[in-house]
Amino acid sequence: MGIRERLSGNEAVANAMRQINPDVVAAFPITPSTEIPQYFSTFVNNGKVDTEFVPVESEHSAMSACVGASAAGARVMTATSANGLSLMWEILYIASSLRLPIVMSCVNRAVSGPLNIHNDHSDSMGARDSGWIQLYCESNQEAYDNILMANRIAENAKVRLPLMVCFDGFITSHSIENIELLEDDKAKAFVGEYHPEHYLLNKEEPIAVGPLDLQAYLYEHKFQEAEAMRAAKDVILEVSAEFEKLTGRKYGLFEEYKMEDAEMAIVVLNSTAGTAKFVVDELREKGIKVGLIKPRVFRPFPVTEIANALKNIKAVAILDKCDSTNGAGGPLYTEVTSALYTEGIQNVKTVNYVYGIGGRDVKTDDIEKVYADLQEIVKTGKVENPYRYLGLKGGN
Amino acid sequence: MSKLIEIRWHGRGGQGAKTASLLLADAAFNTGKYIQGFPEYGPERMGAPITAYNRISDEPITIHSNIYEPDYVVVVDDTLLESVDVTAGLKKEGAIVINTTKSPDEVKGLLKGYEGKICTIDAKTISIETLGKYFPNTPMLAAIVKVSGIMSDEDFLEDMVSSFKHKFAKKPEVIDGNMEALRRSLNEVKGL
Repeated sequence: MGIRERLSGNEAVANAMRQINPDVVAAFPITPSTEIPQYFSTFVNNGKVDTEFVPVESEHSAMSACVGASAAGARVMTATSANGLSLMWEILYIASSLRLPIVMSCVNRAVSGPLNIHNDHSDSMGARDSGWIQLYCESNQEAYDNILMANRIAENAKVRLPLMVCFDGFITSHSIENIELLEDDKAKAFVGEYHPEHYLLNKEEPIAVGPLDLQAYLYEHKFQEAEAMRAAKDVILEVSAEFEKLTGRKYGLFEEYKMEDAEMAIVVLNSTAGTAKFVVDELREKGIKVGLIKPRVFRPFPVTEIANALKNIKAVAILDKCDSTNGAGGPLYTEVTSALYTEGIQNVKTVNYVYGIGGRDVKTDDIEKVYADLQEIVKTGKVENPYRYLGLKGGN
Repeated sequence: MSKLIEIRWHGRGGQGAKTASLLLADAAFNTGKYIQGFPEYGPERMGAPITAYNRISDEPITIHSNIYEPDYVVVVDDTLLESVDVTAGLKKEGAIVINTTKSPDEVKGLLKGYEGKICTIDAKTISIETLGKYFPNTPMLAAIVKVSGIMSDEDFLEDMVSSFKHKFAKKPEVIDGNMEALRRSLNEVKGL
């Protein structure tokens, strides 16, 4: 039985990092992720961990230091948000292509501009094709649990890719909620030690990391990276199954909430999934057959599994907390509809809602409206406008 | 106590409304409840109106929006009554508790016809007499515990003394004053 606590998401993640005791943490502060390196640096200062803490002068340098340390053979962690992730951009791709299992907390915040410090998913969604594994979290508990599983997944020999754990700025990062922590010894035993196969500081095996890679082999290296991302799916499930044995908390590729006999469903990431569960319960009491799918693993995207979970649904609303500004749908919408098409499922009506941009609060009323719209779609068999905006002033 | 209690705090930056909401969450947590405590972050500056929230329940809480139809409202500064719609959405079966020298009848006219229970407490006098300074959040914390009945006075005081011992480990001299502020506040809420 774990330890009953109440912590904010940032406190929970910093405590998971204390239990992991990584070799190196390099970070630069940015709201709302600042508290993670802040709390962690006090653990360093108080001797709770023996991590080398590298306070750098920018996020570009933070990720560069992470890359250097990880290539040297260290277990490396960091945290950032929004424009901090933007400034890491160049190095994100270098981390993944060098197959460095860096673990990052991405505390989701709107990317400027205009300047905004509040939650949406424009930061991590922008990085969705950078070769990083992405896990999304509904609550402080899930943020803590995913961080404890992250190193094991990223460092697995079949994977060797960097991983970001994404959770909602302020809503999760700064809210105090109940949480169950693992005892330090159990957490440490679960995470285990990191023994990289190839690393720069191994004097027995001198290697070069990151040399010029032109027409002859870059393609093959990119293919290996893509294969590693595909292989990550099974590794995530294996690590999650082991975590469930330890904690009783079950994690898959996505959570299905009251989907068994559902006729209508919402697909939504992170904290809004919790608000939607509350609405699902209310509507179920009225006999309306609604359900919810909350993706946890967005990269790699679980194409077959999501399509199968939705194949018997009459209408599904896919909610995006970021707008791709592509004249079409948001990233979750395009992935889910692509999955349905790829798996040959064409009888499910789909509709996209952009929502919660720049921290616009998502109320139970908003979620109720989506389920009401889905009932209308089922009734008429028509989706008048597949690209909708929820909670937008002036309507849509 | 019903399944889920929702509380909204109105204060001004620097008065400790956020801290009070987190202390309330702590106290409820320590009596075995599921809790949420979160402020609404805006441009943070001293004196600007701020809002903070609590959810308290016997069951896990999944909802993650702000609170629009609270069971209780706490007003840490009565100058807000003229500028902020503090009773917006407040359930009439619930209550509002206001830090003011006035009586419930005297503030009623400022509450836009709110039909529920109106309670007041003079947190300023209590704070100055027990702590020597104006920290309204400690008295207001006790006032909302009293008004909402989310825990007994005894459980609350017992939890707070251990919380203060932890919080003020480096200045234990302030613990007695804070405990006295809580005890007096539990007894000096008007309009119950």
